[in-house]
Amino acid sequence: MSILVNKDTRLVVQGITGKTGTFHTQQCIEYGTKVVAGVTPGKGGQIWEDKVPVCNTVEEAVKEHGANVSVIYVPPAFAADSILESIEAEIPLVICITEGVPVRDMAEVRRRLFFHNTKTRLIGPNCPGIITPGECKIGIMPGYIHKPGRVGVVSRSGTLTYEAVWQLTQRGHGQSTCIGIGGDPINGTSQTDAIRMFNEDPDTDAIIMIGEIGGSAEEDACAYIKEHVKKPVAGFIAGASAPKGRTMGHAGAIVSASGAGTAEAKFAAMEAAGISIARNPSEIADALLRIYKG
Amino acid sequence: MNIHEYQAKRLLQEYGVPVPRGYAATNSREVETAISHLGDDMIVVKAQIHAGGRGKGTFIDGYKGGVKVVQNRQEAQDAANHMLDNTLVTAQTGPEGRKVQTLYFTEACDIKHEYYLAVVLDRETAQTMVIASTEGGMDIEAVAEKTPEKLIRVPVSPTMGLRHYHCRRVAFALGFEGEQVKQFARILTGLYKMYWEKNAMLVEINPLVETTGGQLMALDAKVSFDSNAIFQHPEIQQLRDLNEEDPKEIEASKHSLAYIALDGNIACMVNGAGLAMATMDIIQSFGGSPANFLDVGGGANEDQVTAAFKIILSDKNVKGILVNIFGGIMKCDVIARGIVAAAKNVDITVPLVVRLEGTNVEAGKTILRESGVALTPADSLVEAAKMIVDQVEKAG
Repeated sequence: MSILVNKDTRLVVQGITGKTGTFHTQQCIEYGTKVVAGVTPGKGGQIWEDKVPVCNTVEEAVKEHGANVSVIYVPPAFAADSILESIEAEIPLVICITEGVPVRDMAEVRRRLFFHNTKTRLIGPNCPGIITPGECKIGIMPGYIHKPGRVGVVSRSGTLTYEAVWQLTQRGHGQSTCIGIGGDPINGTSQTDAIRMFNEDPDTDAIIMIGEIGGSAEEDACAYIKEHVKKPVAGFIAGASAPKGRTMGHAGAIVSASGAGTAEAKFAAMEAAGISIARNPSEIADALLRIYKG
Repeated sequence: MNIHEYQAKRLLQEYGVPVPRGYAATNSREVETAISHLGDDMIVVKAQIHAGGRGKGTFIDGYKGGVKVVQNRQEAQDAANHMLDNTLVTAQTGPEGRKVQTLYFTEACDIKHEYYLAVVLDRETAQTMVIASTEGGMDIEAVAEKTPEKLIRVPVSPTMGLRHYHCRRVAFALGFEGEQVKQFARILTGLYKMYWEKNAMLVEINPLVETTGGQLMALDAKVSFDSNAIFQHPEIQQLRDLNEEDPKEIEASKHSLAYIALDGNIACMVNGAGLAMATMDIIQSFGGSPANFLDVGGGANEDQVTAAFKIILSDKNVKGILVNIFGGIMKCDVIARGIVAAAKNVDITVPLVVRLEGTNVEAGKTILRESGVALTPADSLVEAAKMIVDQVEKAG
């Protein structure tokens, strides 16, 4: 039905006792996500909101409570440390929601992800999370806009993803899984990684890719799609109206002074890969439905 | 965050990179002192603004060149009189230019060859890259485009760091021999150390010159820092020059809002950077012109929303406002209360279209409806964008 997370996912929340962690953990539990433990160093042994046991370490959450996915809501200065702790605890999937992680920290984390014995996939940081509608919601997206179905969605943006998902749902099309890969220049999972997983997932029939100006993640994904993907793909790039040389909110969203990373170049790559293009953010679902009838 | 050339060179010097002797000045007294520290010989007078293209720039009164090589102290004084507090327009400043409030005076040197050297976070490969070229002194992006074979690129692992063999590899590729290889290795080592320790995104020396005497030194430098890491470096924060930033952007950063001033007339207030960009895009696609990028972020409170309205409305070009919120972390009722509070505090005299969706959307819509604030609600982004473009056109 999905990739990466489903009804059997056993979630540990790093930073569960913080304000953001608390609010979104409540939302995720309401949605039906199985939250088996929280981690807040020094608060081990407490029970969060009379529901979830709090541990001092991720290792304990894995050993005592069988956690197999971790979500991170800790402040930016400690985010890399939390990710590395989960990698050492061999959690297969780590989702870092935190925004504002120093790039140098992420450079080190990324290097660690490439070690030959690494068992972890990282999603984020600076991302909304991942949801398999009807089964498991991890992160900060509003649950009710989603609907179980067969369209996979991957995006560098949070709220823009909600926009696309809501369009799909309103037109009667559900989603297999929606992944926000985050808006930072160094992240754990790329557009290509997500598209490869959707392509190999028997329960995903069509794919939406939402990109932004800056970097070359979308160009790389387009090259992969052209070569390997037979499923219908639609796409949108945010930032066609952005000025050069300015970082547009997301640290990764910048068109360089020389003009690298423009929306135009990315749209052109999509066109060359045979992707159905939405020129306007309100037409993302329609762009897919032009080539995919469900 | 960016800093001035003279600040960058001071930092480089701390990391053992040779730079020409120089002094900065912000007023006529300091100009005199700075010049007196240098010999009555060739002097380089350099306008300190964050934008590039200074040498080829023109001041608004017609005076040519933001970088001048002069023959003696008197000429340096004359150049300074023209430049200080004058406004310099370069290819990167936009037509309004940038006021020059600091000058930098340095010794001149005889140049045998100009090289390019930088340590940068490469966004394409998401890793640290040493970039070097024998074609220094010009725009490196032009070199990359026209003669990519002249660009040397060496990736550096964050866990291993820069090793001596990296330095040798680049040095030999640039054609250095003997003693110069060692000189170059010291410079690159310092450059990388500074990049790493100060959480820089870019440390660039362009040009790195070889003098006729065979010495290597940094003639110009550009540094930008990771703003996510700036909290770890109070000494770098002190180098921030507010004169180089838009006052609206400074105000926005005080309230943790991501705001970028643009030159259109439809202001946007959006949560999330991607949706904020897409909102600008859709305004443009309907024939409107966005006045700003504004991401109120994931956890904005009423005070921040009020501040955001004040900032938007301080832009006199603004003829309409589009609020587009898709609630995730951000709850629609919070933004709705913010809009109502702002409308009480700030006189909103231009058309306001509000589109809410997501977490607590019904509560948000109810708050807006019951508040009596003059606004047009919209149910979708496309409807909202059409409405604001129409209303601004009609009003205009």
